[in-house]
Amino acid sequence: MRSPFRPLKVPDPGILDDHRALVRRIERRGLLRGGLSLGALTMLTGCDVTDTSAVGRALRAMSDFNDGVQAALFDPRKLAPEYPGSQVLKPPRFNAYYDVEDVKPIDGDAWRLELAGLISDKRPWTRRRIAELPEREIIIRHVCVEGWDYIGQWSGVPLRAFLERVGADLTAKYVAFKTADDYPSSIDMATALHPQTLLATRYAREELPDPYGYPLRLRMAVKLGYKNPKWITVIEVTNTYPGGYWESRGFGWFAGL
Amino acid sequence: MHWTNAAAMVVLIGSGWGIYDDSVIIHGIYFPKSARIGSWAAESLLWHFAAMWVLVANGAAYLVYGVATGRLRERLLPIRPREIVQTVRDTLRLKLAHEDLTTYNAVQKILYIVAILAGIGQVVSGLAIWKPVQFSGLVALLGGFQGARLVHFAGMAVLVGFLVVHVVLSLLVPRTLWAMLTGGPVRRPALPATAREATR
Repeated sequence: MRSPFRPLKVPDPGILDDHRALVRRIERRGLLRGGLSLGALTMLTGCDVTDTSAVGRALRAMSDFNDGVQAALFDPRKLAPEYPGSQVLKPPRFNAYYDVEDVKPIDGDAWRLELAGLISDKRPWTRRRIAELPEREIIIRHVCVEGWDYIGQWSGVPLRAFLERVGADLTAKYVAFKTADDYPSSIDMATALHPQTLLATRYAREELPDPYGYPLRLRMAVKLGYKNPKWITVIEVTNTYPGGYWESRGFGWFAGL
Repeated sequence: MHWTNAAAMVVLIGSGWGIYDDSVIIHGIYFPKSARIGSWAAESLLWHFAAMWVLVANGAAYLVYGVATGRLRERLLPIRPREIVQTVRDTLRLKLAHEDLTTYNAVQKILYIVAILAGIGQVVSGLAIWKPVQFSGLVALLGGFQGARLVHFAGMAVLVGFLVVHVVLSLLVPRTLWAMLTGGPVRRPALPATAREATR
């Protein structure tokens, strides 16, 4: 079939002739010089327009839309791949909004996990009582939003089992976390109930070292690294959007893998 | 369609460079701040995840339209080896003129097919990087998470290469630019007399 886009009368090829002389004169040097200004043109895209509020608002709106798409794509029954113990990185890679030297270790005996929001039994938890809960081990890939990754081996109580145990409202929208390093974070309930979402207490079968969140941290196979708060002190179940440290600085909230 | 695609592509490349710089794949290769879109990774990601929908929607519309009307097949196929040799020979002698602006030469056909395939590849590898658990099969196919990043990076390099050749050549044959801007080739005598007056 002849496409309807082909004009019935083809243009006169002579229209190309006005530059034939120019084309003949092309020199490598001229092409290079022209290429430089072409390169300079692309630099224009480096202009920062995100600070103008309209563009910023549009981008945020797209990010919210993407959170919705990600929630729809998330299959609560789909398990992340697990890996053999030989691939586990020891020790794991440290990452926070500050350097590893600035980690403030927590006194595990004085530490308490407090509960808030839509939870019927809000009594605080000690390390000893948490250790009595059923445990699961996962060997999963940690994916950082920056692009790096590693395989880690985590064990602890599945968050689902913990939430059921304390009588949390599992129909609520969010589970929020407060931490000792002032790194608030929150996740959707579907992810909180995923079988590979743990309140981790150990790494590579040893007690969690200080830089990685001793005594209790969140570890999920289905979220980017920055969604996993360390040194958790409070868990809250809520229907009010709680946000988070990086989320309030421009990163997406859902951050599902 | 072409210009929507061009805008989305430029935003995706510039913001992709910003995201890449946060954790480079190849040591020593990074992109200067002035060439990136977004002042830091979070902003680059916002741009990237917004522009991806424009490219996917526009690209899907382009492919559906091109396949349904037969336009893609008519314009890009067949490619005969003899024509390739002929076009390369002509180009090396700096005989860049197309005899007919509405048909592509063999090298153009190959380049456009490569660009379309690279664009599709970018969507697939991008999906693997964005959702490595939901699409874990795709990640395995691309040789793991870092493999998928590398494929996505290579696809970017192919598209940037295409873009440079595409822009340089269209500047060398400027009348094609007019055709791209207006959606089709026109002949000067077809312009109404008043328009001709105005251009003087």
